[in-house]
Amino acid sequence: MAMLELQDVHVKYGAVEALKGVTLEVNEGEIVTLLGANGAGKTTTLRTISGLLRPSAGRILFEGRPIDQMPAHEVLGIGVGHVPEGRRVFPRMSVQENLEMGAYQRKGGNKEVMQRVFELFPVLSERKSQEGGTLSGGEQQMLAIGRALMSRPRLILLDEPSMGLAPLIVAKIFEIIAEINDDGTTVLLVEQNAAQALKLAGRGYVLETGSIVMSDDAATLLSDDRVRAAYLGEDIGAA
Amino acid sequence: MCFTSQFWQLTVAGLAIGSLYALIALGYTLVYGVLQLINFAHSEVFMAGGFGGLFLVRELVGDTAPGGAAAVLITTAGILGGALAGAGTAFVLERTAYRPLRRRGAPRLAYLISAIGASLFLYNLAGKEFGRLAIPMPDIYTSGTVFHIFGARVTTNQLVIAGAALVMLIALDRLVAKTRLGQGIRAVAQDAETASLMGVDINKVITLTFIIGGLLGGAAGFLYGLVFNVQYTMGFIPGVKAFTAAVLGGIGNVRGAVLGGLVLGLVENYGVACASSAYRDIIAFMILVLVLLVRPSGILGERLGRSA
Repeated sequence: MAMLELQDVHVKYGAVEALKGVTLEVNEGEIVTLLGANGAGKTTTLRTISGLLRPSAGRILFEGRPIDQMPAHEVLGIGVGHVPEGRRVFPRMSVQENLEMGAYQRKGGNKEVMQRVFELFPVLSERKSQEGGTLSGGEQQMLAIGRALMSRPRLILLDEPSMGLAPLIVAKIFEIIAEINDDGTTVLLVEQNAAQALKLAGRGYVLETGSIVMSDDAATLLSDDRVRAAYLGEDIGAA
Repeated sequence: MCFTSQFWQLTVAGLAIGSLYALIALGYTLVYGVLQLINFAHSEVFMAGGFGGLFLVRELVGDTAPGGAAAVLITTAGILGGALAGAGTAFVLERTAYRPLRRRGAPRLAYLISAIGASLFLYNLAGKEFGRLAIPMPDIYTSGTVFHIFGARVTTNQLVIAGAALVMLIALDRLVAKTRLGQGIRAVAQDAETASLMGVDINKVITLTFIIGGLLGGAAGFLYGLVFNVQYTMGFIPGVKAFTAAVLGGIGNVRGAVLGGLVLGLVENYGVACASSAYRDIIAFMILVLVLLVRPSGILGERLGRSA
């Protein structure tokens, strides 16, 4: 049984159908990436999984349990963490408080998890008492990931963690995603940066205007001509 | 200056009434923080607190003013009675006037209309049930004056009001800054959707925010009733003034609401000494208009969810 299953999920914004029957699965321990152009429905997919949006049809199962009608705070409670698009750190809370927010539902003892987060992101430990809004983009992304880890999720949804960051920082973030996965957390990664995402992930799905058009091993997708042309920006003819 | 001769007397009076404005203003500012909505029915939460405190104290006080330790206990009971009546009213308001709109994703204007409707309903209901005449609070204290400071007389009522308000303001400030619930309230104020991704039950936080605002506003209703009697229309003027105080300090800003309340109380009293007491309410609303024109974000600015 897959850890996360989306079965023919449709989502509407008013009259516009943003997802037109998305089916995908993520197995325990995997890193799966969801690729696609702007507006393909990647963020919508993640927002629907974590309960911010309700599907108009279809089912979403987490560890065999339907979660498509659950409010967001309950989805988090059963083990799904979400690092939203644009990081969304609480701007007027300290780094420490932001991290505490991640553990909002956990009773007592966050020390150990916070220690692990500081190990992954030493810079957060240095800036513990600084307000979230004053951090650089890369630091905010680290804080957003660290904050999501505070709830000890079994599955973490990452929405474009590389957005707007310098290449060096992006490499660092991707390294840490691999480390989080090694710690035993399953990862569903949404990215525009397809090359890097496919190098990190085991499998990938390609989303186009609300439908999955391709799914395969990451290595196969990476060498697929259509993927290379559309998402890796390579000119196949010239090669 | 026109107010220098009675400066200390006016200051004492200004701080006492100002601390009441602060308590009420917190109800506006907290709810604005989590919902970006002005709860214009908050004046009726205050009124409900006045009646709640009055009815309880009437049961407890006999024919003569008790004074001493009994007075302290009765005052505390009155504050609690007012606070509970206020919290209950605020809770019902949120459930009936706002939550159904929120569930339907109604436009902002709908909330305003709902608030005004709820306000009219509540004070007319109180007028019908409790009579339309002003009802004095029974005498609780045997002595009217406690002490003098810089030649200014401090009345028992003023001391009770300022003391009780100070305790509640500090408690609220600590609650927002230090507790888990306070952190949840600040998170919802800064980014409600992300707060829900962190596991915050937004509906629960909103309900509790209304209840906290109701506790403070209801307690203020009882304290106000100690001086100015209790009446079904008593909420209107203090309600609008506390709203002014909240805007003056920076709506959504907890410490701003307190500062705005105290400043408004003082300016109002100094102003009365310079013009006449007929200008008391005019001064407050002139301040509202001026703030909106010159610095709409208030003295401390619109820093939603700010901890300190």
